[in-house]
Amino acid sequence: MEKRGRAGLLGNAILIAICLLWAVPAIGILVTSFRDSRDIFSSGWWTVFPHRAWLKVGEVRVDPAVDVDGPITVEGRTASFEQWREGVRVAADRKLQWYGNKRTRTLIVQELRWRGFSARLNLDNYQGVLSGGRVSFRNAGGDTITRLGNNFSDAVLNSIAVAVPSTLIPILIAAFAAYAFAWMEFPGRKTLFVIVVALLVVPLQIALIPVLRDFMKLRLNGTFLAMWLAHTGFGLPLAVYLLFNYISELPRDIFESAFIDGATPFSMFVRLVLPLSVPALASFAIFQFLWVWNDYLVALIFLGDKHRVLTSSLAAMVGEKGQDWHYLTSGAFLSMLLPLAVFFALQRYFVRGLMAGSVKG
Amino acid sequence: MEKPRRGLAVLGFSLLLLLSAAVLYGGFALLRSLSGSKIPAALLAVVWGIGSVVLLYYVLNRGAEMLPRRARRYLLPLVFAGPALALLFWFLVLPTLRTLWLAFFDETSTRFLFLRNFRFAFTDPIMLEGFRNNLLWMVFGTLFCVGLGLVIAVLADRSRWEKLYKAVIFMPMAISFVGAGVIWKFVYSYKGEAAGLQEIGLLNAVAVALGGRAQPWLLLGGWNNLLLIAIMVWLQTGYAMVILSSAIKAVPKELLEAARMDGAGELRIFTGVTIPSIRGTLLTVTTTIVIFSLKLFDIVRVMTGGNWGTNVIANEFYMQQFTYGQTGRASAIAIVLLLAVIPVMVYNLRRFGESRAFK
Repeated sequence: MEKRGRAGLLGNAILIAICLLWAVPAIGILVTSFRDSRDIFSSGWWTVFPHRAWLKVGEVRVDPAVDVDGPITVEGRTASFEQWREGVRVAADRKLQWYGNKRTRTLIVQELRWRGFSARLNLDNYQGVLSGGRVSFRNAGGDTITRLGNNFSDAVLNSIAVAVPSTLIPILIAAFAAYAFAWMEFPGRKTLFVIVVALLVVPLQIALIPVLRDFMKLRLNGTFLAMWLAHTGFGLPLAVYLLFNYISELPRDIFESAFIDGATPFSMFVRLVLPLSVPALASFAIFQFLWVWNDYLVALIFLGDKHRVLTSSLAAMVGEKGQDWHYLTSGAFLSMLLPLAVFFALQRYFVRGLMAGSVKG
Repeated sequence: MEKPRRGLAVLGFSLLLLLSAAVLYGGFALLRSLSGSKIPAALLAVVWGIGSVVLLYYVLNRGAEMLPRRARRYLLPLVFAGPALALLFWFLVLPTLRTLWLAFFDETSTRFLFLRNFRFAFTDPIMLEGFRNNLLWMVFGTLFCVGLGLVIAVLADRSRWEKLYKAVIFMPMAISFVGAGVIWKFVYSYKGEAAGLQEIGLLNAVAVALGGRAQPWLLLGGWNNLLLIAIMVWLQTGYAMVILSSAIKAVPKELLEAARMDGAGELRIFTGVTIPSIRGTLLTVTTTIVIFSLKLFDIVRVMTGGNWGTNVIANEFYMQQFTYGQTGRASAIAIVLLLAVIPVMVYNLRRFGESRAFK
């Protein structure tokens, strides 16, 4: 019964165009990351695909007897010097072009050939960016350059050490709090929850300077603990809000029957609430994991240069080593692997989390 | 009979308390001494961090359960909600007040300047540039994210390959802003006009292929802001699309059928039925992206560092605090950001009040 007529065709065309627009930049970085360091600087990444391009195949000398100020005939074609300078196509796939000034009497022969089948593709960029030792590569001019690798494998470990606890700790703390807000009586319950809702959109810039001072005083700055605390603190409003919405909707009966059976609040939480809330916990977990893994600002300020995470390593490469572009590509792609995998594996939960909490600050 | 048992329990609990304190501190000291973050250190950190939190709740709960029933009723909510509230207080509530306080002082936080930092925040040319650019981000970024998201959601809804289209558009949401910055550096790259250089940037290649000339895109005043905004659109359209798509799917089929029976065209149905039905969702998506573009930092930081007329407020906050050491000014800027989100905060609170989540 659907309307898949002309509008559908046009619609599909528009969608395909937009999707191409979306995919091409990412494909570009992926292709570039496999290219030889020399090629990256000297030609666009799209040249690795088979395409026809003009290629110099030889030279033709003009007879010294020919007057170069008049019409010149080469390979059966007659043209003025200016026209030869511009280049003349003598055949569909053959072009002659005058090289330099009139005195050179040299024409460069170019032929349109298929290229791209023998593009130099390798894993050198990945090796170089992951290594902590010295790596060497060749720049566009062909000179060999040796310098310290970027040690991305350490950055991957640091990112994991930051992201995993920064995801699980706020979930646990928020789940306990959400349970208390939903199913326990205590004074100030509503006021406190209103504060949580208000904090949802507070920009985290507001907290950076005071928290940094606290961390300095406690000598926590630059430690993983500081990162966990900061990410937990900043992620809690959304976590409590999301989990409260879910946990408060659990059926009352199960709590009552468990209570009659003599269960304590703690055991009810561990045996009933946590298992029943898995969908909500998963939604928030993916949300928070992507947020922490991709975070740059918090890592920049509280972790500094000692334990660089992936984002700060990448950003440092953009800033410090303009010439190491070939490492940027593999680095950027490596930093995307884990979040992309998590994202596509658990997309369903992620979408649900987005829907429930589209008010994050 | 009753007394000795309680005594024993208290003794056991004290031992447990001591033990966990030792584990917490020991783990921390061990982690500190393990410099150079290699695999075991990272693994230990993860286990220690998460384990500590579990231990904390377990011990606190054991303590609370030993108390008489009356006291337990008051103490248990504190055990459950206390840690979350303490962290919220430490990391958000208190810092907001402290930042407000700092905003009245100079960079050493000793000399009282009253409103001078705010005068800077509202009148300095660099801040005015930031306000202008943030306005550009908010208007164009939001317009394109929501507009494109809506178009894609509507079109994909009728297509057989909906899932594929959506996955492609949604994919950038998993990528960090820094990573996106790297990707787009390769799109906007400019090598100059020296002989024999081939442009390696996609945009310049397209410009040349269309008969134009290569441009240093990120240096072009005015345009460079829009090119940076394109990166955010690339990243965030997927978000708008997903939310709007599920709202569109929730529009009652009967409503659409009735409109069709009345002979309304597809466009008429879209503006007359679909849009009004998803108005609430549109508003939520729009406010979320507006807030997002207000706080935007990473893209500008990585792509231009705020140079060439691309500065934004959040970057100026960073520059004032961490490059110039102007704590007072940075705090005033942070307060400006907070003021800007207050309307949304009020809206959220009002909606929460209406939802009657607490009966």
